[in-house]
Amino acid sequence: MSYEAWILIIGSMAGITCGVVGCFLILRKLSMLADAISHTVLLGIVLAFLISQSMNGLYMLIGAAAVGLLTAVFVQLLHSSGIQEDASIGVVFTFLFAIGVILITIFADNVHLDVDHALMGEIAFVPFDLVQIGFLPPLPKAFLMLASVLIINLVIIVLFYKEFKITSFDPQMAAAIGIPVLLIHYLLMGMVSITTVASFDSVGAILVVAMLIAPGASAYLLTNKLSVMLLLSAVFGVIAAVVGYYAASYIDASISGCMAMMNGIIFLLVFLFSPSKGILSKRLPQKKLHEQIGK
Amino acid sequence: MNSIMLMLSDANTQWVLVGTLLLGLASGVLGSFALLRKQSLIGDAVAHAALPGICIAFLLTGERSLIVLLIGATITGLLSAYCIQYIVSSTIIKEDTAICLILSVFFGFGIVLLTKVQQLPSGNKSGLDAFIFGQAASIVGSDVKVMAGAAAILVFITAILFKEFKVITFDPEFAKGLGLPIGFLNFLFISLLVGVVVVGIQAVGVILMAALLITPAIAARYWTNSLSKMIVISGMFGAFSGVVGTMISALGQGLPTGPFIVVTATAIFVISMLFAPERGIIAKKIKQKIYYKQLNEAGTKGRVS
Amino acid sequence: MLNPVDVKNLTVAYQKKAVLKNVTFTVPEGKLIGIIGPNGAGKSTLIKAVLGLIPKASGEVKIYNKKYRAKDRIVGYVPQRGSVDWDFPTSALDVVLMGRYGHVGWFKRPSKQDNQIARECLEKVGMEGYADRQISQLSGGQQQRVFLARALAQDAKVYFMDEPFVGVDAATERAIIDLLNELKSQGKTVLVVHHDLQTVKDYFDDCLLLNVETIASGPTEQVFTMENLHQTYGGKLAFLEQGKMMVEQK
Repeated sequence: MSYEAWILIIGSMAGITCGVVGCFLILRKLSMLADAISHTVLLGIVLAFLISQSMNGLYMLIGAAAVGLLTAVFVQLLHSSGIQEDASIGVVFTFLFAIGVILITIFADNVHLDVDHALMGEIAFVPFDLVQIGFLPPLPKAFLMLASVLIINLVIIVLFYKEFKITSFDPQMAAAIGIPVLLIHYLLMGMVSITTVASFDSVGAILVVAMLIAPGASAYLLTNKLSVMLLLSAVFGVIAAVVGYYAASYIDASISGCMAMMNGIIFLLVFLFSPSKGILSKRLPQKKLHEQIGK
Repeated sequence: MNSIMLMLSDANTQWVLVGTLLLGLASGVLGSFALLRKQSLIGDAVAHAALPGICIAFLLTGERSLIVLLIGATITGLLSAYCIQYIVSSTIIKEDTAICLILSVFFGFGIVLLTKVQQLPSGNKSGLDAFIFGQAASIVGSDVKVMAGAAAILVFITAILFKEFKVITFDPEFAKGLGLPIGFLNFLFISLLVGVVVVGIQAVGVILMAALLITPAIAARYWTNSLSKMIVISGMFGAFSGVVGTMISALGQGLPTGPFIVVTATAIFVISMLFAPERGIIAKKIKQKIYYKQLNEAGTKGRVS
Repeated sequence: MLNPVDVKNLTVAYQKKAVLKNVTFTVPEGKLIGIIGPNGAGKSTLIKAVLGLIPKASGEVKIYNKKYRAKDRIVGYVPQRGSVDWDFPTSALDVVLMGRYGHVGWFKRPSKQDNQIARECLEKVGMEGYADRQISQLSGGQQQRVFLARALAQDAKVYFMDEPFVGVDAATERAIIDLLNELKSQGKTVLVVHHDLQTVKDYFDDCLLLNVETIASGPTEQVFTMENLHQTYGGKLAFLEQGKMMVEQK
């Protein structure tokens, strides 16, 4: 497959998996926690590297998932000790991220990770980093990682769709009918962590936040059905990745940055023109009403 | 020990220490209000959103003059804060999502611009990427004067408007009843917040700037129930973190400053959370134990009689 | 006979404040029970503690003589309306369908039959015409009816309702009370946190007067007396005068 095709496929897969997981984050008001986790997985990856001395994707996934969950646990602990949630998130992620950055700079010589890469990703090099598994032809490592995470996420969402739905909508009721609300919460946090780390090589830690939140936010303004929201969000994720790539090659700039920007542009369009919840559609009837009253 | 003494005798280091001290003070003070107004994370978004502003300012003027870059950062920072508020007030999207969205999209835009800057012949030397994690060592004397001056002005404005900010934070409806110009004060506060973030990013970096707003303030909250005391303590914690972090990062070659400032501030926070009298975790646990005991004793007595 | 709810010496404390202290009461089957008391009396806390949603400091709670387990699905819960996100992308019917989730079990989707039950429950509260509306587009009273329909869909034996009458119009209040009576006639037990002293005598067979401790519990005509109200509400005069009128009314 051509170089370009690989980038488009990998970007789209990141778009789908982030878009779907992101919807639940938005509905559960956990966007900032996702932002926090996307920063702190850096620490997980550095630790995984320092302990295993390899850039093996599996170790990185495990390290990232562990630190991601740790972030969620720390935030929960601080929050339940009486600190407001936004501040708990702020303290935890800046601290863990700072430790990650310090470790990278101290071990800079033997870590093949540099901070810029971690933040912005290097999707442009991803198609060259191939691995061979069994009888399959050599495939890009990022593709294999994203494919496995996408499958894991989709399976979890399909299996626990109604549990995710009810714990997001009405956690008290969910607890009352015996759904393990906390377990579902950490399951989602685990999904965010592995999603982040799988997208990490390609789009970087911070821009993955744009891919997680923006498509879902756009979809949220377009529909009143959860299933449709998930679908739309995935579609927006793909569009942003594809258009973002072409925009980046046209203006010769960071691919992941352009994908994030494109997500922002899609949101802006929806924000303005959504038929039911957009700014303009809200304005127009008001204007008409004013005109009628004026007459 | 010698190396520290040597470092402290260096004129540039002294300037940088003064700068980070004032910065820590200003962010501790404004961070306390931001915390109580539940706007801590807006500071995070503003910091990330400063990146495109810095890049645009550089692309337009082609020179790395701190004042110009800071003006650029202020404009996009304010714009991001405005966008967040507009999205929240005009759609069903909640604040956390709006913050995240604006933060990441502005940052993405910043990264795009940064790649363009680095393609310029002058861009490679611009050192704009130092803004991502902060490099206090790269701050020169003239920059420090700008930083210190701005930080001092921010603290001064906050001090003279202390009681107005206090009342709009605690009870906005009541403040409206008093005839205070709420809209203006809110705008002023956000501007001050943007100001401190923008001043801080060169030393701490856009990604970790939020910590300097949040961490000293919640650490201070453990020690007092009075707002004025909290602000003073928070300012001191911030200043201390700034100075200690800068010194640690100056000890090694090429160590970024921001992360060390953040780690210092977090250490202060953890100590406060555990050991503060009255509100600290340990003090609370002890009190609860005593209370449960009393309750149980009263319960058994009640049943007997 | 088995008592649907049996609470003994229940104590709940937040940090250093006891919200409930040695609360003891039993509830007979097939009755409408009002839980009555001033703000801060611990009424919502009581329900949550009984359902195990918050930890108790001490005491014992039994539902049909067994420790309460959510998976037995004998308890239905209508939380205060403030607890949900009204902008959630979901329709009225979908919300009612959530009441069936406890029955559906892990990994499975609600069946056609569950769907049918949800529709019937919506009909019972007179909301069948709004099945596909997004929930934020419903009025306060309509939202409350949807929540009741969801509780019906749970098909439980004991219901706990937290202030179902707050913020609803008179028609909805009437509809709710009819529904409660229907549940009662099916032999179900319903506990309702209630604010309005005027209607206590009309609505409830039994009362639990609560102010951190149990003041009194039992049949309304025995328990709902001036003396007990005095004890429950302390010096809060407005309530008392209102209460006096109500007590003397019948």
